[in-house]
Amino acid sequence: MSPRYLFRKLGGAGALLVGVAIFNFFLFRVVDRDPLAKYRGRTKLTPEQRQAAIARLGLNGSKWNQFVRYLGQTIRGDFGRSFDSTRPVLGEITGRLPNTLLLVGISTALTVGIGLWLGAKAGWRRGSRFDKLSTAGSMVLYATPEFFLGMLFVAFLGGRLGWFPAGGVRNVAAGYTGLRAVLDRAHHLVLPVTTLTLGYLGSYSLIMRTSVLDTVGEDYLTTAKAKGMPDRQVLRRHAVPNALLPSISQIAIGFGFVIGGAITTETVFSYPGLGLATSDAIHNTDLPMLQGLFFFSSAAVVLCNLAADLVYGLIDPRVQAS
Amino acid sequence: MTSPQATGSEAAGSEMAGSEAIARAPSRPGWERRRIALGRLWRGLRADRAGLIGLVLLVAFVAVAVAAPLLADRHELLAATGRGRANLAPPSREFLLGTDEIGRDVFAQLVWGTRVSLYIGLLANVVAVIIGTSLGLIAGYARGRLSSILLGVDDFFLVLPFLPLAVVLAVLLGRSPSVLAVVIGLTSWAGSARLVRAQVLSIRERGYVERARALGGGSWHIVARHVLPGVGPLVIATATLNVAGAILAESTLSFLGFGDRFSPSWGKVLDGAQSSGAITRGAWWYYLPPGLCIIAVVLAFTMLGRALERLLDPRLDGR
Repeated sequence: MSPRYLFRKLGGAGALLVGVAIFNFFLFRVVDRDPLAKYRGRTKLTPEQRQAAIARLGLNGSKWNQFVRYLGQTIRGDFGRSFDSTRPVLGEITGRLPNTLLLVGISTALTVGIGLWLGAKAGWRRGSRFDKLSTAGSMVLYATPEFFLGMLFVAFLGGRLGWFPAGGVRNVAAGYTGLRAVLDRAHHLVLPVTTLTLGYLGSYSLIMRTSVLDTVGEDYLTTAKAKGMPDRQVLRRHAVPNALLPSISQIAIGFGFVIGGAITTETVFSYPGLGLATSDAIHNTDLPMLQGLFFFSSAAVVLCNLAADLVYGLIDPRVQAS
Repeated sequence: MTSPQATGSEAAGSEMAGSEAIARAPSRPGWERRRIALGRLWRGLRADRAGLIGLVLLVAFVAVAVAAPLLADRHELLAATGRGRANLAPPSREFLLGTDEIGRDVFAQLVWGTRVSLYIGLLANVVAVIIGTSLGLIAGYARGRLSSILLGVDDFFLVLPFLPLAVVLAVLLGRSPSVLAVVIGLTSWAGSARLVRAQVLSIRERGYVERARALGGGSWHIVARHVLPGVGPLVIATATLNVAGAILAESTLSFLGFGDRFSPSWGKVLDGAQSSGAITRGAWWYYLPPGLCIIAVVLAFTMLGRALERLLDPRLDGR
């Protein structure tokens, strides 16, 4: 990878991060004309309390002063304190991050793996029974809100059959240690991971199918077939790698939607991660938490896009030239 | 703004005399040309089974939304004015789909929810189409700095994760259904702006646009008369697909607590089922129907949108 490409992409991601930080301020201090009203709720504040609250929320001074102060705080990772728990937002977020990383990480790996495989196979055999079934299934999965899927799992596999715990991350009462604790953890992960995976499987499979269809008419496939390469190898060695390229950026953008899926999935399963924190912050109108969560999730997607661009640049030298 | 030849052909309509029609054959009267194109589209759609199923489903849902007052009494949406008494009562002859945790008729919520869900989905899409198409048109047609600034803005909104942004906006702007529609529209235009821009870039270089420019047509005239009709079909197809996304987005936001509890959309009914514990109490009549309705209507818009995309975009022929 040329240093120029690397720096251009790093610079682009940096600019986006700065943009996210500015936009975050814009949302919470300009779009929202009266943050104090949401802080105090229905209680009346005495003038002294009011002054104290304004100072604590950083609402004193001109908008420009507030903005400069806000930027400094953001760089230091200071997002204020949660209205609800009164603990620092950063700690609340980093404390729950591992749970969400586990859920989103496993689900993304499964969705991408299975989705790309389904899509490639369907596109390669266009019009076959496999293609028809897989495309219809993908469309139904796309049309199903992941939280509805989760509710069905809770109702049937969790409730009626009792095969899986319906919520949480571990069996606190049992107090497992060692291997038992790991297994217990995995047991709690099965339903949320399945929900999030199935929720986004459809889109990935449809994207990959279209990508593979785009390669079908290409000359290099004709060449590969003409020299007598077995069909499976033509697919694996030539069609799939080329079809993957345009899918990579789609996967990165899709990651933004998976984060959204984590919000509802964690809500259904009371899974204590960033998604459940978002849902709680909505119900409590907890502005500092929402602000921090929005910044974190946007930053995650920006970094994911950067990673996709770098991978893209590594495996396809053509994009570096453009 | 309008060229003389365009107004002339529209005024002449389809009853133009034979010889004159032949003389002007290359530019057939606009409306007739559109009628023919529409006829071709309809024949194509009739041959496309999935697209037709989507259309029929949609017509059915729209009919339910329009006829809601005939199908269920609006008073059933409030526990105080409804007939219901028993909480979480299973389906019976009186309550086709049982009752919810405060004794309201689930069937009535479903029927009236059709209105709310479709209304928010369509309004959100109108907002998104207007923003996406105009920014896409400008970004594609303009050159230089303006174009690259717009592209940067589009990149930015494409990267921002949809749901966290929508949640923040909805918390800040208010929780009513109309605000939700605007929020969804404001957060979901980036993809279509990108598509429209790409299409404009290719149309801009075509012969008839060059001819209009050579004849002295201004930018406004060219965009309104030549570029916009060119991107129109693409906009219609992607807009149909985007309604599906908007309805999903609405159900998600409602599920997370936004929207009006007493005029619930399907997502809001699901929120009620989730927060009242109806799921673990086995009240399937409460959560299954609204979920299935969401799936059906999203599938309908997706199938119709994909069919329109195939018919209107010749590059996708046979997919």
